[in-house]
Amino acid sequence: MTTIVEKHKKLERNVTLLGIAAFAAVTVGGIVEIAPLFWIDNTIEKVDGMRPYTPLEQAGRDIYVREGCYVCHSQMIRPFRDEVERYGHYSLAAESMYDHPFQWGSKRTGPDLARVGNRYSDEWHVQHLKDPRAVVPESIMPTYAHLAEHDLNPGDMTAELRTLYQVGVPYSNTDIEKANEDLKAQADPNADASDLLKRYPKAQARDFDGDPARLTEMDALVAYLQMLGTLVDVNAPAAQEKLAKEKGR
Amino acid sequence: MSKQRIDDATGVETVGHEWDGIEELNNPLPRWWLWSFYACIAFAIAYCVVYPAWPMIDKATAGTFGWTSRGQLDQEMKAEATRKAGLMAELDEASIGQIAADPRLRRAAIDGGRAAFKVNCIQCHGNGAAGSAGYPNLNDDDWLWGGDVATIHQTLLHGIRQPGDDATRMSQMPAFGRDGILDAAQVQDVVSHVRVISGQEKPSGASQRGAEIFAANCVACHGGSGEGGRAFGAPRLNDAIWLYGGDRKTLTQTVTNARYGVMPAWGARLDPVTVKMLATYVHSLGGGEEAPAPAAPEAAAAPAAAK
Repeated sequence: MTTIVEKHKKLERNVTLLGIAAFAAVTVGGIVEIAPLFWIDNTIEKVDGMRPYTPLEQAGRDIYVREGCYVCHSQMIRPFRDEVERYGHYSLAAESMYDHPFQWGSKRTGPDLARVGNRYSDEWHVQHLKDPRAVVPESIMPTYAHLAEHDLNPGDMTAELRTLYQVGVPYSNTDIEKANEDLKAQADPNADASDLLKRYPKAQARDFDGDPARLTEMDALVAYLQMLGTLVDVNAPAAQEKLAKEKGR
Repeated sequence: MSKQRIDDATGVETVGHEWDGIEELNNPLPRWWLWSFYACIAFAIAYCVVYPAWPMIDKATAGTFGWTSRGQLDQEMKAEATRKAGLMAELDEASIGQIAADPRLRRAAIDGGRAAFKVNCIQCHGNGAAGSAGYPNLNDDDWLWGGDVATIHQTLLHGIRQPGDDATRMSQMPAFGRDGILDAAQVQDVVSHVRVISGQEKPSGASQRGAEIFAANCVACHGGSGEGGRAFGAPRLNDAIWLYGGDRKTLTQTVTNARYGVMPAWGARLDPVTVKMLATYVHSLGGGEEAPAPAAPEAAAAPAAAK
């Protein structure tokens, strides 16, 4: 015991050596905690149904980030009974695999939004975003009426999708080339969205903000919200059994 | 640096260095601290053995307890389902009318319905079911489609104006202004008439012209005196309760563009027992009517919970 303490004094009295040893300790800790996330099943498992976001959903997501929705809303349902009974099936890692950056959030001033898609009507979302108090009198959410007034101007979606492709989101060439058309087609009730729906399964194409004549930021945000949590069929009984039995979580 | 020495006052050895005359006693660590420290190390090792801990090739070590957060959730959900199973089976077997007639089942259904209401319904109908603009108040006896428990159950199961559901509550008011059925002045006349029969304005020339237009266009659904029609979910217009608002501006919007309120078909989203419990709960809120609902319109003046 005494000899270890004596040897330790060498480290304590040599600042360079202490620096190197501290760095080595942090490196080992970092490797053990972070590196496995790149290979263990838990974090890289593929699930059926997950797909890259459509340009309109992606544009809505950009607005979600721009407006700081993540400050009050999480997108991460934890596997606890109280959360599952309120928000739905717990989130799977793969459900945020195309998020750059992810929107898990760290605080819930508002409710979790990971499975908000298809829970409410578009009208509800528009009404609620314009004036949250109109539908939830006790709400403290700010008003986002300006989203319905501003035309959607997300820049070149082809460039955005290409960038996302470069960080690993598997958009096809067609997806990237047609990004700007897809953006408009998804929110235009008169456009032919069949090609879009073929490339993006479970995408919802319609006018979202109640104003078919215009493509507004409200369209994009509501399209994004209505997609959240709807892509993966997590409640299929087979999926449930498998998840509950997996060890090493 | 001085040498290690025995401190005179305490009789304890010093650590052997000295800064500006200040020396440090080399007291051993308190035993309680030391043993707590060793206990923590032992706990950490045991934890690594029994719980999932070390990341390996494709997953972490499973741990001898075989515990997983998802497995624990699954167990909790199953235990809860087992606890409720008897009651749920009874509620499943009983018809909505039988539940209403059996005080024990009714009480259970109201409790369960209250919980389900908080998860699924308050976003539109409000925490206290008082509704808001466009979403009906469920506490009063002013019903769009009918307020006996079987009718509420039917509305919940199939929703309102849900495409793809044959039994959904369906009706569509014409957009009288937008579709050019009435011109702007005629819309204002009808609005005046509606405001007269709801007791908000005194009769005027405009309202008399409006009454004629009303008789020609609106009575089929809203009734001759504006008493509403449940077959079409047409709101009663001669009371103080408004779904969207009874002021001139809102009424003008309503007559011009019509409304198309929707509610999900909960039969497709929730299990049958939960829908029954919700129907029983909503029926219990204060405006519930006796089944079978009499065809006569409500006689009592409705409370002024303006919506």
